[in-house]
Amino acid sequence: MASEYNGSSKASESVFKIPPIKFTKLFINGKFVDSVSGKTFEAIDPRTGEAITRVSEGDKEDIDLAVKAARQAFDHGPWPRMSGSERGMIMMKFADLIEKNVEELAALDAINGGKLFSHCKAMDIPGAARNLRYYAGAADKIHGTVLKLSKGFQGYTLREPIGVVGSIIPWNFPAIMFFMKAGPALAAGCSMVVKPAEQTPLSALYYAYLAKLAGLPDGVLNVVNGFGETAGAAISSHMDIDKVTFTGSTEVGRKIMAAAAASNLKPVSLELGGKSPLLIFEDADIDQAVNIAFNAIFYNKGEICVASSRVYVQEGIYQTFVKKLVEKANAWVIGDPFDPRVNQGPQTDKKQFEKILSYIEHGKREGATLLTGGKRLGSKGFYIEPAIFTDVKEDMTIAKEEIFGPVMSLMKFKTMEEAIKRANNTTYGLAAGVITKNLNVANTVSRSIRAGIIWLNCYTAFDVDCPYGGYKMSGFGREFGLDALNQYLQIKSIVTPIHDSPWH
Amino acid sequence: MTPYERSRIMLRFADLVEKHSEELAALETWNNGKPHEQSAKSELPMFIRLFHYYAGWADKIHGLTVPADGPHHVQTLHEPIGVAGQIIPWNFPLIMFAWKVGPALACGNTIVLKTAEQTPLTALYVAKLFHEAGLPPGVLNVVSGYGPTAGAALASHMDVDKVAFTGSTDTGKIVLELAAKSNLKPVTLELGGKSPFIICEDADVDKAVELAHFALFFNQGQCCCAGSRTFVHERVYDEFIEKAKARALRRVVGDPFRKGVEQGPQIDTEQFEKVLRYIRAGIESNATLECGGDRLGTKGYFVQPTVFSNVMDDMLIAKDEIFGPVQSILKFKDIDEVIRRANNTRYGLAAGVFTKSVETANTLTRALRAGTVWVNCFDVFDAAIPFGGYKMSGIGREKGIYSLHNYLQVKAVVTPLKNPAWL
Repeated sequence: MASEYNGSSKASESVFKIPPIKFTKLFINGKFVDSVSGKTFEAIDPRTGEAITRVSEGDKEDIDLAVKAARQAFDHGPWPRMSGSERGMIMMKFADLIEKNVEELAALDAINGGKLFSHCKAMDIPGAARNLRYYAGAADKIHGTVLKLSKGFQGYTLREPIGVVGSIIPWNFPAIMFFMKAGPALAAGCSMVVKPAEQTPLSALYYAYLAKLAGLPDGVLNVVNGFGETAGAAISSHMDIDKVTFTGSTEVGRKIMAAAAASNLKPVSLELGGKSPLLIFEDADIDQAVNIAFNAIFYNKGEICVASSRVYVQEGIYQTFVKKLVEKANAWVIGDPFDPRVNQGPQTDKKQFEKILSYIEHGKREGATLLTGGKRLGSKGFYIEPAIFTDVKEDMTIAKEEIFGPVMSLMKFKTMEEAIKRANNTTYGLAAGVITKNLNVANTVSRSIRAGIIWLNCYTAFDVDCPYGGYKMSGFGREFGLDALNQYLQIKSIVTPIHDSPWH
Repeated sequence: MTPYERSRIMLRFADLVEKHSEELAALETWNNGKPHEQSAKSELPMFIRLFHYYAGWADKIHGLTVPADGPHHVQTLHEPIGVAGQIIPWNFPLIMFAWKVGPALACGNTIVLKTAEQTPLTALYVAKLFHEAGLPPGVLNVVSGYGPTAGAALASHMDVDKVAFTGSTDTGKIVLELAAKSNLKPVTLELGGKSPFIICEDADVDKAVELAHFALFFNQGQCCCAGSRTFVHERVYDEFIEKAKARALRRVVGDPFRKGVEQGPQIDTEQFEKVLRYIRAGIESNATLECGGDRLGTKGYFVQPTVFSNVMDDMLIAKDEIFGPVQSILKFKDIDEVIRRANNTRYGLAAGVFTKSVETANTLTRALRAGTVWVNCFDVFDAAIPFGGYKMSGIGREKGIYSLHNYLQVKAVVTPLKNPAWL
């Protein structure tokens, strides 16, 4: 039974005084404006389920205005016409401003997303600044290729900014997600229309404000809050958006890709769901393995696309492993994300919360054994104890579908070949983990699993220099790393005849 | 230290330099003689730009995974090479510092840098700023001294893993030899040049004159890549000479701290006297002295902007690197001829081409054996553009992504794979 520390009645004991919300409107063409319809919607605090404030709700008309501004900024404005190094300088200033305002930004993610304040302050927000600096430093390093053509031609490629980018981001890591796309898109010289998740509309507006302060020209970065079916759909089917990038559920990813195809065939990149396996071999250091496995699923309250929701433990160490895992779960503190003693805050919204609880019920009904946790905590807010299921069979719903919550499915395996087969037996392919000391096992398994990122003796180890993305229905396209720039660039080949060259 | 932390230190350093740029610009001009406006408005910003550029590389130094034939996992690690010995010249003290220190630090190396004995001051100043920026002690060491003593010690040191030198071709040979005789440390050299600037018959003569003037006279003519052989097509030759002479006569020479001055003194007595000797040689060889030809004033190392026309390929002033404000103008008839003559030198640092024609530009750029070819421009030196010599103008490239190779070792790591899922 996880430690109870229900946040609702103790909200006033928050260690950090939450500042008033500064920005609630849409940010279009360098200004904060109401939506055309005048509509607003609530930003909710998942600690209580109550509203924090109301924010402007954008719809198709607002997206149209934002795209107009972004188009103007791209076709005629200074941003793409600046040198990469000049863009880099502005982006560096932007990163500095983010760091200056780290506490307020961290508080926004904690209060709106239920994320741990201390983590946001130490990792999410600095991570966003780091991300921005990486791409700021890349902006002046976008090389093309001079080609080796035959038949008396010379040629080279130019990598040009793709244009107006639509960015639709999720609610689990508002800061990181914002910059995962904005970093490379801006470095490449593109302009953007960002639609944050309706669950977490607040921090993106703050970032827009800081961007302008840093010197980003008007119209380059636009933020339109709203809902998927309205604002999001308007982006994916817009005839004047050159590229759409989406992170979210596989189900919505499909809709976006279909809309992109039906409209102007805009290129699409998708970062979708996962049901990532973690394979723990007998030679693993058990304590280390327990730690890794625990955090691999319960980090960020299980609301992470790469969460290792399927844990395969080799039978030789299974019993010991499970025992230590349960001990760890029992020591896990759930409560107010502003409390430094807390390990896990509330799930982000009511819909997720209810979905997770229903999956847990389903798991029990299917015959899996709920070893620990799985119950709601308190009567207000969306707190759930971390749940560990054993006796899970491969064909159970909880072993196949992405739950996106603190629910681990634990399974036993005999041989490496079997583990590989079962690990790959999914339509997803986002991540995987392997814990072993053996070099051959590490090499074989990492090459055999069809997933975009394989963690050896670690998990959730992200770095802005490391490309990240999915195989199969986890999506396509890579983010992070220099490769991410390609998502926001077009390649143009230029060819001309060459006469009398002393070499070819 | 993580690469990110390294980049933060370099960025902090760049900020500190910006804070102190007024003092640094003055120091640079005082010690070198280049116009203050050049130091302040062009070289300090370029210095800062270079460190921003290299800071951005620090966390992006990639190796490769290699598709070896057969069941092997192969990766190449690009590791810091170790202790880099760097020997820099006096013509652009701060910029030369940046060209060397930037990539070396971005790749995670440590440095022993020997400044030119003529210009020891600004490197010491910025080394202190690096310390303030958080660079750990021992990473960047600056030793002022002379070539035959400090420089030679560095080039022949058994515990220096790499040496990079910019200076004269003669000294470059010595550095290479010392490196070979000691521990075979890899060497990169940026040496002299006698770079041709080819002005084609379709040239806008006024623009060509101005650019050719800049290409030679910039920095008191003390540029390794100076356009020191100005080839002019016969059709525009006479007009060109007249205008080049007029332009040189208009060149403002004087105290580099005074506004409007385009040319300061030469760096020292040795250079000053060498330039005057070459001018005398030019006169004696019967080239036509259009203007200039002697020192200016009685104090310091000021030389009159000098223009020779009717220069022949076999004259000393057409063959040797003068490193001073002496422009040599030669006539040519057709493209094939000028290619042959332009390439007829042991040097190969840079070249300039002035033409409107796509064909001519394509032909010349490919035919000229030089590390940089500037088309309708000259001395464009952004941090991202690689720079270096063919032939006896040097070995290796500085700036751009290419400079990183100079400060990295490549280690291939090979492991067999059992039953790989794919090859």
